[in-house]
Amino acid sequence: MDDVREVIIIGSGPAGLTAAIYTARANLRPLIIEGEPSSTSDQPGGQLMLTTDVENYPGFVEGIMGPDLMGRFRAQAERFGAEYLTEKATRVDFSEHPLRVWTGHPSGGETEHRAHAVIVATGARALMLGLEAENHLLGHGVSTCATCDGFFFRGQHIAVVGGGDSALEEATFLTKFAESVTIIHRRKELRASKIMQDRAFKNPKIRFLWDSVVTDIEGEGKVEGIKVKNILSGEETAVPVTGLFVAIGHVPNTDLFRDQLELGANGYLHTRDGSSYTDVEGVFACGDAQDHVYRQAITAAGTGCMAAIDAERWLEARGEAPSDIAETSTNW
Amino acid sequence: MAQSIVTLTDSTFDEEIKGSDEPVLVDFWAEWCGPCKMIAPVLEEIADDSVGKLRVGKINVDENLELARRFEVMSIPTLILFKDGEPQHRIIGAKGKGQLLQEIEAFL
Repeated sequence: MDDVREVIIIGSGPAGLTAAIYTARANLRPLIIEGEPSSTSDQPGGQLMLTTDVENYPGFVEGIMGPDLMGRFRAQAERFGAEYLTEKATRVDFSEHPLRVWTGHPSGGETEHRAHAVIVATGARALMLGLEAENHLLGHGVSTCATCDGFFFRGQHIAVVGGGDSALEEATFLTKFAESVTIIHRRKELRASKIMQDRAFKNPKIRFLWDSVVTDIEGEGKVEGIKVKNILSGEETAVPVTGLFVAIGHVPNTDLFRDQLELGANGYLHTRDGSSYTDVEGVFACGDAQDHVYRQAITAAGTGCMAAIDAERWLEARGEAPSDIAETSTNW
Repeated sequence: MAQSIVTLTDSTFDEEIKGSDEPVLVDFWAEWCGPCKMIAPVLEEIADDSVGKLRVGKINVDENLELARRFEVMSIPTLILFKDGEPQHRIIGAKGKGQLLQEIEAFL
């Protein structure tokens, strides 16, 4: 049938766009459902859209800005005929073939898309603290995007919650603007890489509050301070900051697949060892949606490539791939 | 940039907003803001689609810090809809076209 595609890719971070480059070069004419603009990592381009310098992506000696890197991925796939749909996937039905994916706006109707194979690359999103005050102060001092909002905290005292690479990267970036940055971490050791730790420890504007959690955010219309509790002593103190940046980890964007695919620990998609195969025929998973161990741009790109090759071979075995596939498949 | 988008500055803002017969959707943005770049084409489409009903203006916060302060912008992109010279509705953070239109519809 004409309106059934070979491949639909859901997600457009390093995993989804690498799968797009490979499937497009294999003449599988992928449709990439890339998501909608947003100020969270749930946007076209994914988590790297909210970062500045990416220093560990191979091939970029001087580093590259996250959004620039994703722009290059996208353009590269487009060069080989990948098509993009700037909408969010709202629903999927993988119970029969062809597989079905719906997109649409909350206001308008939904559109159905059908494909023989689907590559899931929906990534992960940043966790929030889950405090009542957090929602109404978001954008008024509480931020999920240091690169967007750091500018507004020039000369101010602010806090970053978290102890991983993204927390330390944000804190270090924010010292360009802020007078001081207090990192609040629930443990005494950081999860962040050694190089990020060294940078943070050396930065005179950064101080640490160990074994501590944020219990409340104060202020009406703007952040005026936070309450921080030491989890060992139970002691609660008020910390006068005007900005709070949250970087406490990620959860996979897999809600869409809850009743459709096997989810492993913590909601990550389960893939067969050493491959991108899920428990449903024709559905392949890659990137942070299925990786709770490495979670790097390069590993996402690597698994995106695996998913593309797995999907192509699977289609070929089923006889769904275009006739010239034998020729193009040797060109990896 | 679409013809229909007006660039607003600290010195032109009041005149442009107060003198406008139509509501004005003002986008506070900056060059270094990824989500701002993502919604730029969406705003161009909205501006082109809404000629005669709505105007779209852009304020670069790097160059016009006074306006950002005056409207207490602490996160970008921030969109503020002005009607009869007064701010009516504020949208913080990037959103898709459908969602943006839904939020401003009531004010047009």
